[in-house]
Amino acid sequence: MGAQIREYRQRIRSVKSIKKITRAMELMAASRVVKARQRVDDTTPYADAITQALATVAGHSDVVHPLTTEAENPTRAAVLIVASDRGLAGAYSSAVLKASEQLVTRLTEEGKEVVPFLYGRKAVGYYSFRRREFAESWEGNTDAPQVERAREIAERLVEEFLAEEGGVDEVHVVYTKFVSMVSQEPRSLRLLPIQVVDDATGSDTDTARSGRDEGGQMPLYDFEPSAEEVLDAVLPQYVRHRIFNCLLQAAASELAARQRAMKSATDNAEDLITTYTRLANQARQAEITQEISEIVGGANALADAK
Amino acid sequence: MANLNVELVAANGKVWEGEARMVRVRSVEGDLGVLPGHEPMLVALAPGEVHIRAEGGDDTTVEIDGGFMTVDSDHVTVVAESVVRSGS
Repeated sequence: MGAQIREYRQRIRSVKSIKKITRAMELMAASRVVKARQRVDDTTPYADAITQALATVAGHSDVVHPLTTEAENPTRAAVLIVASDRGLAGAYSSAVLKASEQLVTRLTEEGKEVVPFLYGRKAVGYYSFRRREFAESWEGNTDAPQVERAREIAERLVEEFLAEEGGVDEVHVVYTKFVSMVSQEPRSLRLLPIQVVDDATGSDTDTARSGRDEGGQMPLYDFEPSAEEVLDAVLPQYVRHRIFNCLLQAAASELAARQRAMKSATDNAEDLITTYTRLANQARQAEITQEISEIVGGANALADAK
Repeated sequence: MANLNVELVAANGKVWEGEARMVRVRSVEGDLGVLPGHEPMLVALAPGEVHIRAEGGDDTTVEIDGGFMTVDSDHVTVVAESVVRSGS
């Protein structure tokens, strides 16, 4: 067998085994993305309830809470970057890191010192490769985040935000919003201070519960033990939930991105296999043709010699 | 008598939903029972048990790690980060 055919066959074999791997990863991501989306959807009732409660408090009292108070002169801003642990997800990590760079640049231009908090090994790798400082990092399980992790992050950020000395005045989060299976976009949002979605027109026009309250009237509320303490309980929970939601969306986005990346890798492998098979066949035919012409040539030479 | 419409919501999904006669929770200031017709309120909850007495006398008891409860025109929403069922 000619050396060329052997080489082509070898390549076909290796591409085939790569294809098996990418196919397996694609299927795995596909099945896990369904679960991840389910988890995002599962948190919706909680988000509704908590937003509703916040709107209620905001609409029925004018309590000022440290978590909602804007700093007069913000000088330090924390940025939580939500990336992934593993690669092989197309542009997923680089897109979110790029978005974070933009935010960092913007904050720096506004004269704020940026304190990065990293989530996911890729973000940590990005920062340590560039020898940049970061305040804290979390790694592991980015494709299936747990409530405990979100709580840990939230507590750290809130603590940083509430610190009297050397704390931060703002907390931003950069994550990837899961729009659909084919579209995930990096987003940045300001987590703290919380902008309570207060209906400026007054407390009687809250529409969130209009389905139940006749005439859209918001009833008078009784706060137990007091509006301040209710806020104390609700706001940190809200922060934790926002972070958890970001992590879940990021996880779903990561898996969707990985599924797409692996699908195109599998497709490319198929294309390569086709190309190499054609080349191998061509080489085989060329070899056969050459052998035939050699035999014919040899036979003719013998016949002529007689 | 009208019933309460109760929702028990945890961070990772709705845990329980249905009609109930009474809901008993532990607020930060002590135990608190809610019957139909209660005035609207928002209560901060302490870690402890939430007790739901359903229509037929079936009781549901869960353990929560703190959170809050809203009561609004016989609609009760208990919101907690983690909810663990503790027996019937």
